[in-house]
This record gives sequence, structure tokens and C-alpha cells, in this order.
Amino acid sequence: MSSRGPRLLEWKLGTVAELVQETPRVASLVLDVPEWHGHLAGQHVDVRLTADDGYQAQRSYSIASAPEDPRLAITVERLDDGEVSPYLVGEVRKGDKVELRGPIGGYFVWRATDDRPLLLIAGGSGIAPLMAMIRHRAAASSTTPTRLLYSSRSYDDVIYRAELERLASARDGLSVSHTLTRTQPSGWNGYSRRIDGVMLAEVAWPKERMPVIYICGPTPMVEAAASLLVDMGYDASSIKTERFGATGG
Amino acid sequence: MSFISRGFRGKRRDTAAAGRVPPGQYVVEDFPVLSAGPTPRIPVAEWNFVLEGEIDEPKKWTWDEFRKLPTEQVTKDIHCVTKWTKLDTAWTGVSVDTILDGVGTAAEYVVAFSYGGYTTNLPLEDVTGGKAWVAFEFDGQPLHPEHGGPARLLVPHLYFWKSAKWVRGLRLVNEDQPGFWESNGYNMYGDPWREQRYWGD
Repeated sequence: MSSRGPRLLEWKLGTVAELVQETPRVASLVLDVPEWHGHLAGQHVDVRLTADDGYQAQRSYSIASAPEDPRLAITVERLDDGEVSPYLVGEVRKGDKVELRGPIGGYFVWRATDDRPLLLIAGGSGIAPLMAMIRHRAAASSTTPTRLLYSSRSYDDVIYRAELERLASARDGLSVSHTLTRTQPSGWNGYSRRIDGVMLAEVAWPKERMPVIYICGPTPMVEAAASLLVDMGYDASSIKTERFGATGG
Repeated sequence: MSFISRGFRGKRRDTAAAGRVPPGQYVVEDFPVLSAGPTPRIPVAEWNFVLEGEIDEPKKWTWDEFRKLPTEQVTKDIHCVTKWTKLDTAWTGVSVDTILDGVGTAAEYVVAFSYGGYTTNLPLEDVTGGKAWVAFEFDGQPLHPEHGGPARLLVPHLYFWKSAKWVRGLRLVNEDQPGFWESNGYNMYGDPWREQRYWGD
């Protein structure tokens, strides 16, 4: 599906087919969207909520589902002082309709036809667009060498944990490394700290392999990881970033 | 009538600010950082600003030369296409009118280009007549690299992707040419008051 060419992005009404509680604070809304024209892994949608007096609020959410999936999934972290996220994670029920438009964004996208080594770095709910890429990779039966480094606060905060474990155990070229930055379960043998240069040197594809790199998460984490990789000699133009600013809105 | 989201209340904004917030936006108190790639780091000793394209003579300033130009302090509301709006942001910069002073051109468009490769396109009339600056201070402090320092373009009446971070020059051109985001699904013009976010809006 081409992402090029002007096309008016109309508002559409998706129906919540399924709600998946991923972690205590994070849920996925799986939507049936009539006349959805498809998307590329990494793109997002704008969601618009309207109160009965006409008041509206809009936010953007990365599409977490693969393009091959007939249903559209978004994964939302509930922010306590948020305006939209407490509605999507907490109020919305199966059968409710959600207004959205998209897909949006032509840069932070990955196609399974790209067979260059893939490095994905996620922080928290920043895993969502990267999960679309990983799911797309699986649906396309790609064996592109792929490494995911995923930073979460604790074991219970790891979104898609079981699915990532299952996909990584398929031994088709995907490896997943986790770092838990605040608390770790007993017996944990993954990383236990914020992403740093030593960790990246151990996890990332060597720069001679010229990987394509996607980083998504809170701004401080994205900034740190991107800067470290540039300092380590990775080509800046091979690093694509998407920053989630949890600005309390 | 528009679709109603069952059970949605939302946060009501204070009415004093309401008229200043374009459709689909919400007000933030912090200053979010969004960019497509790593932050370029440019020492001011290596910084240049150029004016080129459909003009009689290209012009170039070093940082020291640029800092000798008359500056203005402006306070503006800014609107990001990702929906956040920040009110009353304070900047110091050189007006683009000053940069273009004495320059003869018949061009109607500009391309702003930046260290790191970013570009964005604007009509010339949207960066002249007191509507645009090359800003190097935010809130009285040198502009941080994450926010586009040493200097960024500042065009507050359009979505903030038009305010090119790490700007290193303006090229005057005869035809409107899509820059980085404009080539990746975003609107050629970007008026927040008409909610011109994406292609076709």
C-alpha cells in the first residue's frame, strides 16, 4: 500500500471489538474500522473524543497492529492527570465507538521488504509502533535480523511480554533484550538499569552492519539513546526517533 | 451533529485561554521535544547562516556577525501539529525582515534548511512583515540543542514544524516545494486555525 499521494484523511468511527489489559496501566483497544485503507508499521492515528456539549479533545496514538491484521489496535498508557487516556483506559467498553483518522506519518515506518539489520529501542509505551513492526515482520514471515532493546520500569510493566517471548523463541532472527530500571523480580538475569553506552554496545548491531534504527519512548530516553549511538559512530541518518511526550494532557 | 463519545467529559480549559487555542489542541505547561532523528550538535564557532537562491547575491553570516544584527524579544503562542499548544513563549531573535533587508527578489517561496538535513517550505509572505524570526534564546536562556539551538526559525502563526530547528539558511525559490514533513504526509501550509495538519486537510 502506498503512503504517497494526497488523500484527505477523513474521520472514521471504529468499534471496540476487544479490550486487552496489557499491564496495570496500559490497555490495547482493538478496533473494527470500516473502510480502513491500511497502514504501514510505525504510523499512527489521531483519536478524537467529543463530549455531549460539543467539547472535543484529540490525541495521537501509534498503531500497534500489523498492516496484515484486519483489525486496528492502539495501545494506550493511562496517565493519571490525562484528559484522553483515562477515558480510553477505564471508561471505554467493548462495543463503544471511537472516532479516529489516519494513518499518519511517512517517516517512522518500516517495511518487511527492507532486509537491513533492524535495531529497535523502546521505552515504556514507546513499544507500540515498534510492536507493529515486529508483528508485521512475523506476518510477512521475514527473517530480517532484528534486535529489540526494551526498557520498562518493572517486570509487570512490560507490555506484550508473553507475545514478545513467544516471537523471540521462534528463532527466526528476532532477539529481545529487556532492561528493568526500577525493580526487578528475584532471579532476573536481564539488564537492571537505564540504557547506556555499555548496554548499547552489547545489544546493538555493530555499526559495520549498517543497521536501520528506530527509537521510541519518553524524550529523555530517546535523546540519550540517539546521542549515544551517534557518539558510537552510527550514521545519524539511519536513526529514526519518535518521542512520546507525556505532557500530562 | 458530530459523534458523541459515550461518557466522555474532558477537562474544561479556562475560558480566558480558550480563544487562543486552535481546534484540536490542548495547552501544556512544559515544552515537549519532538524530532525525527538525533539532535545535531553544532558549536557556534562552526555555525553559519546563509541566504541563497533567487536573490542578487547570496549572503552569509558567522555566529559573531549574526549576533551583531538587531534583535527583538517576542512573546508568542506556539502550536505543534501533535496537538500541544504552549502559550506566552518568550524568544529572542533576529527578524527575518532584518535578514532580508535590502535583498532584491521576485521569489514567492522559501525553503528553510537545517543542520542534520531538515527542511521545510513556506510562502515568502509568511516569513516577512513581522511574522518570523531566527531565534537563539528561549525564556532568556540560550536555545538548547533539543529545542533547536544554536538557532531555529520561529514562525508562530503556523504549526511548529515550520519553525525549523537547527536552521542554517533560507533559500528563496519560485515554486513551493515540499520539505521534510510535507513530503511525509503533512500539510504544505499548516495553518493551525484551519487545522491544516495533513495532506488534503
